Amino acid sequence: MSGRSQRGASLILCSLMLLMLGGSVLALRQITLARPEARLQDVLYIPSSKALKRMSLGYNGLLADIYWTRAVQYFGWNHKHKAMSYPLLYPLLEITTELDPHLIVAYRFGATFLAQEPPDGAGEPERAVELIDKGIKANPDDWHLYYDLGFLYAMNMGNYEAAEKAFDSGSKLPHTHPFLKILAADMAEHGGELETARLLWETTYNSTDDPGIRSNAMRHLQALDVDETVPKLEDLIRRYREKTGIEPTSFFELVQAGWLRRIPTDPLGMPYKLLPDGTVQVQDPEAWSFIRRGLAPKGTSESPQKP
Amino acid sequence: MSNRLGAIAFNTFREAVRDRVLYNLIIFALLMIGSSLLLGQITIAVQKQLLINLGLTAISIFGVLIAIFIGIGLVSKEIDKRTLYTVLTRPVQRWEFIVGKFFGLVGTLVVNAGLMTVGFFVALLYLMHGLVRSDLSILAAVYFILLQFLIVTSIALLLSSFSTPIESAVLTFAIFVVGSFSEDLRSFAEAAKGAAHYITMAISYLIPNFSALNYIASVAHGEAIPGNIVLLNTAYAILYAGSAVCAASLIFQNRNMK
Repeated sequence: MSGRSQRGASLILCSLMLLMLGGSVLALRQITLARPEARLQDVLYIPSSKALKRMSLGYNGLLADIYWTRAVQYFGWNHKHKAMSYPLLYPLLEITTELDPHLIVAYRFGATFLAQEPPDGAGEPERAVELIDKGIKANPDDWHLYYDLGFLYAMNMGNYEAAEKAFDSGSKLPHTHPFLKILAADMAEHGGELETARLLWETTYNSTDDPGIRSNAMRHLQALDVDETVPKLEDLIRRYREKTGIEPTSFFELVQAGWLRRIPTDPLGMPYKLLPDGTVQVQDPEAWSFIRRGLAPKGTSESPQKP
Repeated sequence: MSNRLGAIAFNTFREAVRDRVLYNLIIFALLMIGSSLLLGQITIAVQKQLLINLGLTAISIFGVLIAIFIGIGLVSKEIDKRTLYTVLTRPVQRWEFIVGKFFGLVGTLVVNAGLMTVGFFVALLYLMHGLVRSDLSILAAVYFILLQFLIVTSIALLLSSFSTPIESAVLTFAIFVVGSFSEDLRSFAEAAKGAAHYITMAISYLIPNFSALNYIASVAHGEAIPGNIVLLNTAYAILYAGSAVCAASLIFQNRNMK
């Protein structure tokens, strides 16, 4: 074969290779579009953690990390798309913690993912408690898990008695956080109050370096600010109306009348909205995941539409 | 040209049969007969599902192993035995040699998988006392397994064109494993930011996507496979395997045989 014809053949082969490779990428993109549900659907075709543990040939630590990453991806993807249910979340977390019972992060974050109301989480606080209980059984000396358990009982289930017990058990551990004792006492006295919730979120914020947890705690603290400020403002408007007989149409009127020092703003810096009926709402309800006050009543056009 | 390609492909097939490759069919037949006899007695409600999973997984694994272990020796064996020089002294282009070898091995795998599929359907018939319309989707899953073989064979051939048989075997197997997790790889790529996102995304497109070709679990659950998926997967496998065979031919074309 002459050098020239060999070069020609090489050139043709090279072009063909590139064309086909490009074509395969395009075909794969179409396949991905045609079956979007394939993302994590296959995960639970092996739903038994015991079977998986055996199949891992002893590399269950690595497999647990992979499953934990899958759980995070699954949660993240669904959360991003404002899913209202997370059916694979608990099985994924169960498999992860079965493969590595000492993967504390899976219990802690997993419980948060499970407990928060949709679309911020799966809205399954009972399963979150189940997961943390399992974590405590496997890691009885880790105070974080008792803290999380107490937190879940108090914040997501309103069971302050159980929360007190959890905080109290955690406070008796060696190397525990001193705040658990205070939290246990606080549950007994002031369970259900906003201040208790603030204390819990502040403890969460201060007891971790993880930016994800801190940011979540900060958002909850800001939401608590809104929940506290809105009723105060509504009360102020009611008193103004009673005293002057005038229905204020804006906060500016209250500022001019000396009832407020400045236009009130939410923790994101947006001014609150004063409605004609004297109720107060946040400007952008979509920016707030955890507030209970300051939203339009459900069913009205102003209430945030969640899928 | 087609005569030369056919001759090389046929000889590759004959050589594989002579190497007792089809012996795996005996193990497969025993596995199927044993399973179909046993499953009815030891499990409840999932006999069919289990048999489909077991049968199709066996077809896939046997085929992939054959594709790897024969694929890696297609070129090196010819060089070691010096039979390659005899072939190349004839009016055969180097790329024809590679393409012929590829088709020879793919043919072997198709015959092998075809016989296994017949055995599998006999076992299914015995277990379920009949076949239903939805069982047709099993054939589509088998077809996808054949497409997997196409890609694995092309990769084995490509790697063996420039590395030793052991390295090629390990690498091909590693690529098969990574490619089976490529949906995860894509999910990680989507979650990553900056350079990591682009690098992972590029890798996820470069590594063959075997998970897109794996419908075993779906058909075991009686799910149908959409027609557009069959077409797209076919196009994908042919294009991907084609580009790998072109790369193998290109390397072999420029390889110094002295």
